[in-house]
Amino acid sequence: MSNEDEGQGRTRGPAFTAKSQLMTADDVKRALWRMAHEIVERNHAVGSLSVIGLQTGGKEPAVALASILAEISGEPVSAGVLDVSFYRDDLSRNPLPTSSATDIDHDLTDRTVVLVDDVLFTGRTIRAALNALSDWGRPRAVQLAVLVDRGHRELPIRPDYVGKNLPTSQDEAIVASLEGVWIGTRAAS
Amino acid sequence: MIESIRGRSLLSLDDLSKEAIVEVLDTAESFVEVNRRSIKKVPALKGRVVASLFFEESTRTRLSFETAAKRLSADVLSLAVASSSVKKGESLRDTIATIDALGIDAVVMRHRSSGAALQVSRYVPHVRVINGGDGQHQHPTQGLLDAFTIRQVLSERRGTTGLESGAGLFDGLRILIVGDIRHSRVARSDVAAYATLGAEVRVCAPETLLPDEVSTWPVTVVHDFDDALAWADVVALLRLQSERGSGAFVASLDEFTFTHGLTVERARLLRPEALIMHPGPINRGVEIDSRVVDSDQAIVERQVSNGVPIRMAVLYLSVAGSGEGPRL
Repeated sequence: MSNEDEGQGRTRGPAFTAKSQLMTADDVKRALWRMAHEIVERNHAVGSLSVIGLQTGGKEPAVALASILAEISGEPVSAGVLDVSFYRDDLSRNPLPTSSATDIDHDLTDRTVVLVDDVLFTGRTIRAALNALSDWGRPRAVQLAVLVDRGHRELPIRPDYVGKNLPTSQDEAIVASLEGVWIGTRAAS
Repeated sequence: MIESIRGRSLLSLDDLSKEAIVEVLDTAESFVEVNRRSIKKVPALKGRVVASLFFEESTRTRLSFETAAKRLSADVLSLAVASSSVKKGESLRDTIATIDALGIDAVVMRHRSSGAALQVSRYVPHVRVINGGDGQHQHPTQGLLDAFTIRQVLSERRGTTGLESGAGLFDGLRILIVGDIRHSRVARSDVAAYATLGAEVRVCAPETLLPDEVSTWPVTVVHDFDDALAWADVVALLRLQSERGSGAFVASLDEFTFTHGLTVERARLLRPEALIMHPGPINRGVEIDSRVVDSDQAIVERQVSNGVPIRMAVLYLSVAGSGEGPRL
């Protein structure tokens, strides 16, 4: 039987209706290249970077970012994915039965971790990710890269590398992936 | 039909839909990964209290439930029945009321009476009850972990993962259940899981060890054990339950082994790719020969090690999904 969930990470939850496209696939690619250069500028030792995508929306951008970094620096860059479902603070309200798993094949102790996600919103996912990361070692530093920062933070968390800043209202929805960025609405759940 | 065990008690597999079963199996895949980490603990049930009440003896079920709860960061209240007021004649209802008064989110229980878990779920409707085996009725987590183990082993052979397999590889899978079916709650849960997932299930036992109501089960009863062995993709053996008086249903243990034991000679009738399962504890030399248990076809150890991830998945879905935040 085929896995019906595959590739639906960004569209999980109520149905998304796009209103307009804000970035094309090319725009996203250019933004990733710029972010990669910023990452290299700030962290000279690319060999000690671990690019960790958050399941599920951050997975593909993280892989893309790691390969761009490798291209720029000529060194291989470690990548991985982190699932934060079990660390969320809204489990009892909205349990996510996870069918995705963490895949990090190296110890993160003393490395610089670049967390990658598609959309930065309340910051709660990142809070959960920081807790989850501590089970995988003690990174020297943790930085955050997102395709889109849409504002409305509920925690003192800020991104280090941003593809695009998008001022939004609470009831709008954003979908961001390597294919582009869309703004729209979700059906009331 | 229950479409998902999220936020619910787990009393039986009889009324679970295929989707509900697959959801547990898929969730357990994530916990297999958690159990491979050096820090095998996630905070999903932090602040929740799980009571473990085993009124009947158990090694693997109790240990794996308590390990599962701890790896989810829940607090575990464990009642040692032998040294509790139950020995002074305290009723089940009063024991549960006492435990409930301490503030609990879930009860994992095993009891010698069929229906005990259902009864407790009526006494304390605000608490999730996970049935760890009730009399001859059901042992849901065993049925789930058996299905999980089959899916895992067959997926590995096909070079894929359990998650990708979904329920697909159970379609028409030929599963033979042999032995003391009458007294076995494992058989009842296994049959429910396998049939719901789409497998073809046959049972084989001495006439005296078949349940009276077997005609209402989604199974075919077969009498020729040797033929059935050649037919099966999976052979599941059951323990002869002397504590439930199985001894009186067979002429002698030797006689049972002779007609329905998986001896070395009989194991040769199996197709080479067939799997051999046993829920444990094993009566070596009675329902299965010791050498067969230790053969490559037997996946008994896999069953045991999958106990923790399956029970983590059940506790996670049932308790984390119960809509109550941590008590402050």
